[in-house]
Order: sequence, then C-alpha cells, then structure tokens
Amino acid sequence: MSEKYNEIPMAGNILEPGNSEKYKTGGWRAEKPIHNNEKCLWIKNGTCGRCWIFCPDMSVILTEKDGKYSYAYNYDYCKGCGICATECPTDSIHMEKE
Amino acid sequence: MATEDKPAVSIKDMLKREPILSSGHRMCAGCAAPTVVKLMGMALRGPTIVCENTGCLEVATTIYPYTAWKIPWIHVAFENAAAVASGVIEATKVMYSKGRYEHEHVDVIALGGDGSSFDIGFGAISGAMERGHDMVYMCYDNGAYQNTGIQRSGATFTGQETTTSWAGSKIPGKLERKKPLAEIIAAHRIPYVATSEPYNYRDFITKFRKALEVEGPAFIHAFSPCPRGWRSATGASISLSKLAVETGLHPLYEVINGEEWIMSGPSKRIKELKPVDEYFKTQGQFKHLFKPEWEDFRKRIQDQVTHDWELLKKKCGVD
Amino acid sequence: MSVPKDKITVEGLTGDAAIAHALKQADLDVLAAYPITPQTIIVEDYQRFAADGEVNAAVIPVESEHSAMSACVGASAVGGRVATASASAGLALMWEILYVAASMRMPIVFTVANRALSGPINIHNDHSDGMGMRDSGFIQLYCQSSQEAYDTTLMAFRLAEHHDVLLPVMVGIDGFIVSHNVERVEMLPDDVVEKFVGVRVPIQNLNPNTPLTLGPLALTDYYFEFKEQQSRAIMGVPKVYKEIEAEFEKITGRKYGLFETYKTEDADIIILAMSSMGGTAKVVADALRERGEKIGVIRLKMFRPFPAEEIAKAVGDAKAVAVFEKAMSFGGAAHPLAVEVRTALYEAKERPMVLDFVVGLGGRDVPPTTFVDGIEKTKEYLKAGKAPKYETLGVRK
Ligand code: SF4
Ligand code: SF4
Repeated sequence: MSEKYNEIPMAGNILEPGNSEKYKTGGWRAEKPIHNNEKCLWIKNGTCGRCWIFCPDMSVILTEKDGKYSYAYNYDYCKGCGICATECPTDSIHMEKE
Repeated sequence: MATEDKPAVSIKDMLKREPILSSGHRMCAGCAAPTVVKLMGMALRGPTIVCENTGCLEVATTIYPYTAWKIPWIHVAFENAAAVASGVIEATKVMYSKGRYEHEHVDVIALGGDGSSFDIGFGAISGAMERGHDMVYMCYDNGAYQNTGIQRSGATFTGQETTTSWAGSKIPGKLERKKPLAEIIAAHRIPYVATSEPYNYRDFITKFRKALEVEGPAFIHAFSPCPRGWRSATGASISLSKLAVETGLHPLYEVINGEEWIMSGPSKRIKELKPVDEYFKTQGQFKHLFKPEWEDFRKRIQDQVTHDWELLKKKCGVD
Repeated sequence: MSVPKDKITVEGLTGDAAIAHALKQADLDVLAAYPITPQTIIVEDYQRFAADGEVNAAVIPVESEHSAMSACVGASAVGGRVATASASAGLALMWEILYVAASMRMPIVFTVANRALSGPINIHNDHSDGMGMRDSGFIQLYCQSSQEAYDTTLMAFRLAEHHDVLLPVMVGIDGFIVSHNVERVEMLPDDVVEKFVGVRVPIQNLNPNTPLTLGPLALTDYYFEFKEQQSRAIMGVPKVYKEIEAEFEKITGRKYGLFETYKTEDADIIILAMSSMGGTAKVVADALRERGEKIGVIRLKMFRPFPAEEIAKAVGDAKAVAVFEKAMSFGGAAHPLAVEVRTALYEAKERPMVLDFVVGLGGRDVPPTTFVDGIEKTKEYLKAGKAPKYETLGVRK
C-alpha cells in the first residue's frame, strides 16, 4: 500500500485476475469444518461433491490421483459458514469451535 | 477460456473447470452470491465479459488492489450494467468486423442485485431487453439493499423487516407485495426468461446455459440468501433457497418468447406447497409475524402466495 | 501538407450537421445517444448515414441519457471509438456517469449543443449544462462556429485517445445559435480525415485474452492516488492539444488555440467570453476602437483544463477583463468563468480588475449593446476603483 500514484495502474484497473487469493479470509472463522472420510461419497467413489459445489469461498479441495480420492479444506479462506456441513448428505462434516 | 461444448453439471465436469471467482473475496460468511457466480461459471461456453452493477457482490469481490474475478469484468455504476453491456456487445461486434477485436463472439453477462435490478436500474434493463442486445442479464436477489444496510427494495417480501420497513407496533414490516420482475421482463417477449436458485444447481446451470445460447436477450432471476440481512444461520443459505422454492415464494420456471410458460422440475414435482411459515421461522427478519397481532396478516401473505402459485400453474399448464 | 482546394467539399451546414459529418468521417465504432433539443439533429443525421450504409458503426438508441453515457463507457472499455451527444437536462441525467467515464479514463467524444438547465424548462442556449459538468474530469472545448465544431470534433478523437491523455472530451456549440444556424463549412476528404484521426489503439481494454477488472472499489488507501493520476492527465492536455492542432493546421490552414485573442496587445479592456459570443464581442471591439477605445477580445475555447497561465500572459497589462458568461453558480463568490479568470490573474504583477457579467441565460439575446453596456460599466468601475462581484445584464430588474 506504499505505492505512489505513478506506481499503480491507471484508473484502478486490476491487471492480475483472481489476485484476491493474496487476501486471506480464514481469520473470519469462528467455527471450522472437519471432514470425516468414512461415509463421504467423494472419498468412496468420486461422486457427490455438494460441499465443493456450494462452498461460497472455494475452500473445499477435492482431488483425485490414480483412482484415489482425497479431501481437504483450504483454511486460508474458509470462513466457517457451515454450508458444507449443512448440505452434506452423509453427515461427513461437522463444525468445531475454533 | 477454451470453448466449452456443454455446461458442467456433474462434479467431475465441474472440477475440470476453473471457478470464475477466486477465494479471498470479502462476501459475508455464508452469503449465497459467490456460489451463484460459481454456478454461472459452470455454464459458460467461451469468451465472456461480465458487466456488474454496484452492490454487495461488486464491492466485496473487487476491493482494490484485489479482484476475485478471473474473467474480464467491468463495473461502472449502480443502475447501468444493462446499458454498459449494450455498449460492450455492440463494440465487440463492430470492432471484430473491422479487424480490431480478436473474438467474433463474446458472451456478455450483466449482473445486478435486486436493488439495482428491481428498482434503480429497471429502466436500463427494460431498454436493453427492448433493443434486443444478445446478453444475459442475471439478477441475484437477496431481498433488500443488503450492501447499504438492509433497506427494502422492490424485491423485498411482504412482511419482511428491513431498516426501511421496520416491524413496529403498528406496521408488520413491508406491506407491499414483491414486484414480479421475471414476469415483467418476460412481457418484453425476449427469447428466454428463467428463475433459478443455487440449491437446484443443475437446473440453475442448465438454465444459464440456455440463456447464453438463445440469440437475443435473456434474463435470469436467481434467488440468493443473505444470512446477515435475513438473520438466518450462515450454514442455511442453500437450504433456504430450497425452502423458498418449496413454499412457492420463489417458484422455478422458464418463459420462452414471453408466451410459453414452463414449470421447472423442482417446482413441478411439488404436490402441495409447504406453508410459508416454515420459511418465515428460519429468519429473524420475519420473527415479528408470529406475534398474535399479526396472525391475520401472515395468513393474508399465505393466501397471496397460494394465489400466485395457482396462477403460475395455470400459465404453465400444470394442475 | 495542405489539402488542395478541389479536394475540399464546401457545404452550408448547421453546427449539428457539421458535427454529424465529423462523426461520420471519424469512423466511430459505437454511437449511443438519446434525443434532446437542440442536439437531436446530430444523432438524426448520423442515423441516416447508418441507414444508408455510409458508416460502419453500431448506433444504440438507448432509453435515456444515463444509459447513453453508460453504453459509451462499455463500448469504450472494449477499446472502441465512441461518441455521444446531448444537452441540458439530458446532460444532467448523465452526470453520474460523466465522472465515471473520466475517472475510468474512457476517451469518449461528447458533443453538446449547450442549453439552459430546467427550471423553468427552456430549450435555448446558455452554458449552465457545460458548467454543471465542469468538475467531472471531461476536457471541455467550446466552439464558435460550425466550421470550428467540425474541426474540433475531429481533433477531439485524437486528443481523447492520445495515450498521455485518455480522457473524455466535450465539444460544445451554442444551442440553436450554432446548432441550427447554417454556415459555410469546408470538409476534408475522407482519406485525409482517416489519416489524421487514425485508429484508436486501446490499452487495458475488456478482452478475454487478458482478463482485467475495471472499475473496482478503491477506498481510503488508494482512491486519492487515482485522483492524482487523473488530475495530472488533464493538466497535460494543452501540450498534446497544441501538437494535434499544429498537425491539423498543416492540413487545413486553420487553428484556434486554447483561446483566440483579438486585438489584445494594446487593449485597456479585454472582453472574455466563450462560444458564439466571441463573434459579437469582436464586432463590438472593432466598433469601439473606431471611437478610440482600446478594446480587445479573448474568446476562450478550452475551459477544461483552464489555461490559466496563458490567459494571464494574454491579458498582459490590460486594466480590466470584462467576463461575459452564460451560467450562474448560485451563491458563489462569482460565476464559473469569472472565478477561473480571477484566479488566473491573482498572481499578476498589475492585477487587472475582473468584471463578471452574467448574460444570455435561457437564450436571452446578447446583442452588441449588451457588451457596450458592460464596457461602459467597466470604465465606471475602473474610475471608481471598485466593482460589484458580479452583475446580470439584459435582465429586467
Ligand atoms: S465452512 Fe463454508 S467456507 Fe468453509 S469450507 Fe464449508 S462451505 Fe466453505
Ligand atoms: S458433501 Fe459430504 S459426502 Fe458429499 S463430497 Fe462433500 S463431504 Fe463428501
């Protein structure tokens, strides 16, 4: 934030798409989602993904490698809203106080 | 972005796409609007430009020097995204014809909240629809001017308490009914109008894709819960979208060319509407309606919703 | 190289028609406009060119002036060459977006047939619309004739789109007085205009290949820096304008400068006015000079940025500057033009008296006698050594 007027782009234009990733919103969280692999459909067979679809903060990380599915949160951004927990059809997510 | 043959409606396909909005935006926890935008992104088919009205989403996704947007995006003012989009569309076409723009076609989306769409920017939308620019206008409706601190808009429900429609000892929140915006836009006889909400995400994405694919203007009215303004649980936003459909407060339908009305699956499957009370109970903004003195008022709201639902069924040829 | 006479088209054109021709030759990409008297002919004529396939531009017949300027911002953000036209209440309805257009650095050319603001509603000329937008960040160029309107509109694209500028330009003509008055206009051949105005080369435009975010929220930490950029950009305009005009002069032999001076060198009293009043003022100066009075005229063309230093230099040793202006800033220390002139002359060694005569509101005629009246008063005030802060002339009181 120390840039002078001539060190920033014209007119407030932001040249780097999606650079809000530099701004961490994880600190807003009062509760954090905890995931349990046991019944999760993504872990089981790579289906469902409702937590990923509905998360407003793009903080659910679903990955697949060689047919193996894994699950994680990006706590740098997760605001702890609990939508993923509410929408999970298998009760695989619960919220815990920070 | 590569040209996409079909919208992503399965998790496998969705994961192949990069969300058009990145993390680090500053929308409130549990706000449904970023999810709405994410779903919109799943429908895109190629080069796209977004023109957005001032509002929560606009402000909280582009706080300088950060932007959450990964596709070209412009904001000019509160009430004019439809007009800005008109200029964007026509400029790309003419410049392409003169060899000064690379893309023969760019999908142009205009976005606005309910305040800017139902109220202050209504004229600009109507003008753009009448002129027939090939755009998709999407209103994400969170039921009030939430960005400025929860003031009533034309989209606010009857009985809803806001900071300009207080629930007092004499008046039970907003007295007037919600403006039927999608119906009004449909009356412009544009190719495509649809209502949607994030819970039924396949329905949402499919409709948005249709809106992009028709030639000429299309309009999407997307319901978008707001935990802060509604005083609802942050985790409930998606389930409240579902409930709004089930109670008939936000029925899902499409209107083709202003004349063919089609009830969408999730609404069509409803045998009987859930009582609006079930919806009202979930939110602080309707709490006052359960006081004994507003019993009648609440019943009248229910009657109105039931009446509108029957009317819609008739238009859609559903019994 | 000057264009040979036989290549030049001479036509009797109104100011509006002259502007429409300039817009046609400038090869716009988008024109978005809404009808309002006395600007309407610009858009009507342009629409006819479009109907006859004489232009390759999209004309957007928007539902309001607010949307006109908004559509222009959208089209300009894509990188297009863009113009609109309006006046009075229509311009006032654009007001919000004028500021945004300038601050987003959109090189839009905005032709205005200057007209009084309501109320009472009045369709005739004064400069209250232009003065109402004076702080919007637009460059403002006021023209005296149809020829000047044509020339200035062409130059405006070069100026607006220049990478050291990137600001919108208002080109003003007096409503009805110039907009509807037929005058002889020399028009350049299309290929000469094409070469002169060139093609806009956008930087940082809306383009899927390089996804930018334009028009974000900037708060206490950055907003001020963007205003600093904007202020510096507009202050650099005179230099660029002079370069462009020098090039234009080579082709046409015509130049106007930031302002025109007429017999100012030895003048005791200088009339300072804008637009069509410039012509009358010169006639008055000539007549009074025949009576031995040393009167000169400054006809200001560029109101924004205000060429303060140059004006001070041109005023030189004159004893008084009589400002004749067609707008009021109700309750102000003086009215818009006089405020600028007084400020410009504040540092002068021998500070001249600056008189502020408000004239011609709502199209009230400003005949030579009004100027003579002002000059007589100026002489009195000079003798008395003091003057009122401003005065209205030509009103029943
Ligand atoms: S708690 Fe909310 S923000 Fe965090 S991962 Fe779940 S849905 Fe996303
Ligand atoms: S919603 Fe539940 S079951 Fe589905 S993928 Fe997420 S955690 Fe697994």
